[in-house]
Amino acid sequence: MQATTRTRSDFSRHISQKWWIYLLLTVFGALLTLPLFWLVSSSLKTEGQIFVVPPDWIPNPVRWSNYSDVFRRIPWGRGWLNSTIVTVMATLGQVVSASLVAFGFARLRFPGRDGLFMVLIATVMIPYHVTLIPSYVLFRELGWLDTFLPLIVPSWFGGSAFYIFLMRQFYMRLSFELDDAARVDGAGTWRIFTDVVLPQSKPVLGVVAIFSFLAHWTDFFGPFIYLNSTEKYTLPLMLRLFQSVESTEWAMLMAASLMTAIPCIVLYFVAQRYFIQGVVFTGLKG
Amino acid sequence: MDRTERSPGVSWLNHRRMEAIAGYLFISPWIIGLLVFTLGPIVASFYFSLTHYQLVKPPVWAGLANYDRLIQDDLFWRAMKVTTIYVVVSVPLGLVLSFLVALLMNQDVKGIGFWRTLFYLPNLVPLVAGTMLWLWMFNPRFGLINGILERFGVEGPLWLQSQQWALPSLIIMNLWGVGGATLIYLAGLQGIPKDLYDAVSVDGGGAWARLITITIPQMTPVIFYNLILGLIAGFQVFAQPLIMTGGGPRYSTLFVVLYLYQNAFSNFRMGYASAIAWALFVVILVLTLITFRMSRYWVYYEGDIARR
Repeated sequence: MQATTRTRSDFSRHISQKWWIYLLLTVFGALLTLPLFWLVSSSLKTEGQIFVVPPDWIPNPVRWSNYSDVFRRIPWGRGWLNSTIVTVMATLGQVVSASLVAFGFARLRFPGRDGLFMVLIATVMIPYHVTLIPSYVLFRELGWLDTFLPLIVPSWFGGSAFYIFLMRQFYMRLSFELDDAARVDGAGTWRIFTDVVLPQSKPVLGVVAIFSFLAHWTDFFGPFIYLNSTEKYTLPLMLRLFQSVESTEWAMLMAASLMTAIPCIVLYFVAQRYFIQGVVFTGLKG
Repeated sequence: MDRTERSPGVSWLNHRRMEAIAGYLFISPWIIGLLVFTLGPIVASFYFSLTHYQLVKPPVWAGLANYDRLIQDDLFWRAMKVTTIYVVVSVPLGLVLSFLVALLMNQDVKGIGFWRTLFYLPNLVPLVAGTMLWLWMFNPRFGLINGILERFGVEGPLWLQSQQWALPSLIIMNLWGVGGATLIYLAGLQGIPKDLYDAVSVDGGGAWARLITITIPQMTPVIFYNLILGLIAGFQVFAQPLIMTGGGPRYSTLFVVLYLYQNAFSNFRMGYASAIAWALFVVILVLTLITFRMSRYWVYYEGDIARR
């Protein structure tokens, strides 16, 4: 009994000292979540409710069918398939190639290694638009325009140098003792990579997989440049199909936008630990 | 056993050579990618910038004609100006705001995990989806922003349709994503050793003194990192103006990459677009280098203590 009263008075002291923090958190939080609230609310409105002045906050009636209408109005199911293929294949390539290359840089000695690593770091700084036009010309020559290949293949050849850097930093910190023990047991370099180093590297593999997944799932620029036919569009491109010169179908557009965000939000909640870790890696070790 | 004893040198050499070969094999995917998807295109891009190239016919040598034209192109300078204003306003604003939010997040309050998730949530919305949402938010007649303003008796501007407000609208939208930088700051704040704060408290310093003498100096490497990220991202803005304004009204949101895109893929002036790409590349490079150079005057690294 006494314990509870003490906790309660502790709690009220906590509140009376920190009330302004809660106030600021609430104000900032409200400002940031207001657009999300509006996204959800608009996605459930009828066409008539969308065009009400001043806008209604809560849809009434709630029109769930906006979500299924999206599939009827545009090839949305196809978009999910396309986005899934591109994202999975590109992420897989990114994880595989970055872990191989990072292993080479972190655990093996060869002439020119440090110089090449400096080149790698320098390429992180190169803006995508500098390589855009020649890459487009290259993919055009190869007959890859309007296919998923320009969005997938570069990931299998190192992809974003930043991920290689991230993995290399992680591998560097692993001890060499297990490597040496495996070598004494007759393991070759490949075995050491697959059986010794990779199993210890789950955190960094997770981080790269998640961030690469998000980058490819949300990518607009690549698909926008390389894909022409509607049935090949990924989800971010498909969103533009609701915009036309005369009018925009706002309710369906908001429903579709929210659906596009759902895998990212789910991934965040499933892998929150990796997320925070990733931000720490990228933020402080970068 | 016998062999190693007789010629340890050869075996050692073999071992080194095997390791080197393995090393090159492991990094070979990146080497190929570097040549085909990065270095090759960079060189080609510079070559294209010295030609007239319309994609259907081979490039024709033009010398510095594209760069000549660039210098006299009012629209290019307009685009440079728009992009620069955007960067100069949105980057510091984002840095300060996300720092403040991170300070809040670092307070000892109940349910902080909930707040962190809430503040990060906007960053989980894909760029295009978020852009569509804000397009709708900014709708002058039916959008939420002017709806709220109206309740307070204020007649809101036309936002994206107004020459004056279109660029500020994009800056406001960008601030919605402060959560990303906040999380990076937060990781940094949590890495500050507690005993540093104790020293200030012993000297009788309050919260303000702690912020000025400990927190901000300790955070300068993270601020620097966020600054570089912000600069590079700011100069490459493309999707937002493309989707929301198409560069208008009256070129008020014509960002450089958008102008580059229009030249390359609407007018098929690949040579000229490559010149724009290189000009922007040089601008980003120079600014990044200057920022790095300046960093030694204000960024504080752990090693500095040892040196003093």
